[in-house]
Amino acid sequence: MESIKDRVAIVGMGCTRFGERWDMGVEDLLVEAAYEAFEDAGIEPKDIQAAWLGTVFSGISAMTLAPLGLQYIPITRVENMCATGSEALRGAAYAIAAGVCDIALAIGVEKLKDSGQTGVKGPAIVGDNPDGSSAIGSGYSAPASFAYLGTRYFSHYNIDRDEGKRMLAEIAVKNHQHGSLNPKAHFHNILTVEQVMKAPIVAWPLGLLDCCGVSDGAAAAIVVRSDMAKSFRGDPIYIKGMAISAGARQGSMRQDYDYVHIDENVRASQQVYAQAGVKNPRKEISCAEVHDCFTAHELIVYEDLGFSPRGGAREDIFGGTFTLKGELPINTDGGLKCFGHPLGASGLRMLYEMYLQLQGKAGPRQVKNPRLAMTHNLGGNAGAGIGCCVIVGNEK
Amino acid sequence: MIGITSIGAYIPRYRLTLEEIGKMWQVRGGPGEKSVAGYDEDAVTMAVAAALDCMKLNNNQADALYLATTTAPYKEKQSAALVAGAADLEKTAFTADFTNTLRAGTTAIKAAVDAIKSGSARNALVVASDCRIGAPMGRFEQLLGDGAAAIMIGTKEPIAMIEGVYSIFSDFTDYWRTERDSFIQSGEGRFLEEEGYMPIMTEAIHELMRKYSLRQKDFNKAVFYAADNRNHASLAKALGFDKSQVQDSFFTKIGNTGTAAAMIMLVAALEEANPGDRILFAGYGDGADACILRITENISRIKGTPVMEDRFARSVSIGYGKYLLWRDLIPVEASSLPERTEPSLATRWRERKTVRALYGVKCRRCGAPQIHPNGQRVRVCIACQEKDDFEDYKFSDKTGKLFTYAIDQLQPTKNPPGLNGVVDFDGGGRLICELTDYDLDNVETGMTVEMTFRKLYQGKGIVNYFWKAKPI
Repeated sequence: MESIKDRVAIVGMGCTRFGERWDMGVEDLLVEAAYEAFEDAGIEPKDIQAAWLGTVFSGISAMTLAPLGLQYIPITRVENMCATGSEALRGAAYAIAAGVCDIALAIGVEKLKDSGQTGVKGPAIVGDNPDGSSAIGSGYSAPASFAYLGTRYFSHYNIDRDEGKRMLAEIAVKNHQHGSLNPKAHFHNILTVEQVMKAPIVAWPLGLLDCCGVSDGAAAAIVVRSDMAKSFRGDPIYIKGMAISAGARQGSMRQDYDYVHIDENVRASQQVYAQAGVKNPRKEISCAEVHDCFTAHELIVYEDLGFSPRGGAREDIFGGTFTLKGELPINTDGGLKCFGHPLGASGLRMLYEMYLQLQGKAGPRQVKNPRLAMTHNLGGNAGAGIGCCVIVGNEK
Repeated sequence: MIGITSIGAYIPRYRLTLEEIGKMWQVRGGPGEKSVAGYDEDAVTMAVAAALDCMKLNNNQADALYLATTTAPYKEKQSAALVAGAADLEKTAFTADFTNTLRAGTTAIKAAVDAIKSGSARNALVVASDCRIGAPMGRFEQLLGDGAAAIMIGTKEPIAMIEGVYSIFSDFTDYWRTERDSFIQSGEGRFLEEEGYMPIMTEAIHELMRKYSLRQKDFNKAVFYAADNRNHASLAKALGFDKSQVQDSFFTKIGNTGTAAAMIMLVAALEEANPGDRILFAGYGDGADACILRITENISRIKGTPVMEDRFARSVSIGYGKYLLWRDLIPVEASSLPERTEPSLATRWRERKTVRALYGVKCRRCGAPQIHPNGQRVRVCIACQEKDDFEDYKFSDKTGKLFTYAIDQLQPTKNPPGLNGVVDFDGGGRLICELTDYDLDNVETGMTVEMTFRKLYQGKGIVNYFWKAKPI
């Protein structure tokens, strides 16, 4: 088995402003993200030889990408819940690595706000029928499925309610601090710990401000053979590793799962570190975008990805380790929390920020001398998830 | 000898005080309170709870189940079959609904006795359950409560023998609901008592006593239906029973529970009975059924189990607004939150063992009990990956511990916030499910729960029943 390391490069990226985009439909978002990427890579749409489109709810099949007007090339629509955007990248990158095409497009989109609903309906889940009906129809919300983690983490590490809430609030405050520096983010407001702690509870311990934005948006990447990369631009970035680990609901069905970590996260990160040759992620990763759909998840991701020791996230949170000025800046663009979370676009939006950071183009959010950057998604939830990690670097 | 071999009852935990109703309408609310089925309960779920309570005392599988109710969730579709499924009876059990009259409970008992007598059944489970609704601002609103009772009829070591039965029918029109009525209608009070209830009940009971040459003093307890406390007292007096002989109606504690009322009283009387006692038991509605019960030595078998007062004790008062909401008596603003997934008839049928009695599987190779959170069939062992080598494993009768939980403000429910939890069953297996009948302030990781059959929600016009966890 050959490693994916350094075989694929990213030479152009685009990302729409995320938010409540009442002004734009799915087609507008796709065109906006794709054309920014084309321009960034210095290519024409006709140069694209194959495309992978990721979306969870906002379309089906290759026809969803029709607004781009690509001329009869192979297009594949992929879906892997919240890891959908990263899944589109995987499809495109593998095709390049396989040598079956030289220039491919990975694009993700989601239009959540046109539904008129508050929050996001869970996608059809295993056990449901394809038409969206089910035997039982579990009624719990996405925040509830992540609240399990917070409640259990507090209980497992004997953290009192106030301290626990404060710890989660710090994560939200950090991500809004970062996002406030980002014109493309859904939100730009700076939060205080008190504001987050006092926000209406959605699913204890998660309050409204512990939850990510429900947003519209799209992001795109132009992926090429790495030996061609420099012909497109002087500062391409290279894929060092890509991994997905899908659970089989072990955590939902087995008592030995503890709800203070997520195996799918751990395994995906171990795979990607092995591919990229990373021995000490805390030291070697310059910055990362992780799946902060809810603050309680970012908390355990610090430990799952090996940035903090087990039970050590609290100390790192209060110590400012993951802020822009800290030892390992995380979610430098605001994360899902502040940048927003259009499901199918999120993985590529994370990559967009890491791309800017590695090129030194992140403006006021710029991390000092980054070398390796990482993205992480979790599709599904604790107990039944899809962990996905990507590492990119600016040197071959 | 044919008799009662086991008893059970279920009283929902919620209470609406008559004072609260009075406050709503600015009238004097009487003393006492009525039991109110939870937002996720109906006549079927309460019947399941009573049936399981009854079967706990007596491991005999029932081979017949008769359900008495006037508030079946379906007009066309049998409720007894739903109850039998949740109670996990063999599919050869004979099921029937007895309905359209408050006498349905005693009528079902008489039919059960006949079934045993004829040899067509060995153990017949009779369950009565009702959730009748009085129109807001009316007297029935103050009067009617919700509850269920179950009685097993059989021949094996009965706790009470049935010595005699006497029935009469009457087409006297006193209380009714037509095809189109949601609420009960009735005639004028004194007319109903003087020309209906009193003469019909008196005749049935007197004829029964005459037939078996018994007098008032031969009975330790008289247990009989009445519409309200006034009716109850009038009949006791007319029959010549002393106050000490008359079983409490519980009307001020739980209200009039319809078809279940007389059977709930009977269960309470049996819980306090001693060997040799004789009990008079009578039901009323479009006639009357009366019977004589004689307590046996086997009554000791039920001593030490929870009694009716224990069932009343764990109660929680609710406000009038909640009552309106739970009983669908008021339109409310549509939620902008995502709705629940629609139930599928085909999926519910395919996963019926899980939906009905919460069956999962146990791996024959590694021994791990397991159940899929969406009811889906397990084909590959979650622990050892062995394929298709399982035996059925029932979770509905297992207790468990709450490993972690989420209080969910976004869950579509008539009793927000929703509470969801990860339940680790004693003996193995884990299920993520909804919880019910909890005190939010006392929910904590590690608490002990049991499973209870409830309505999850209605969708596509059907009632979507499933199991929830409930703190013990």
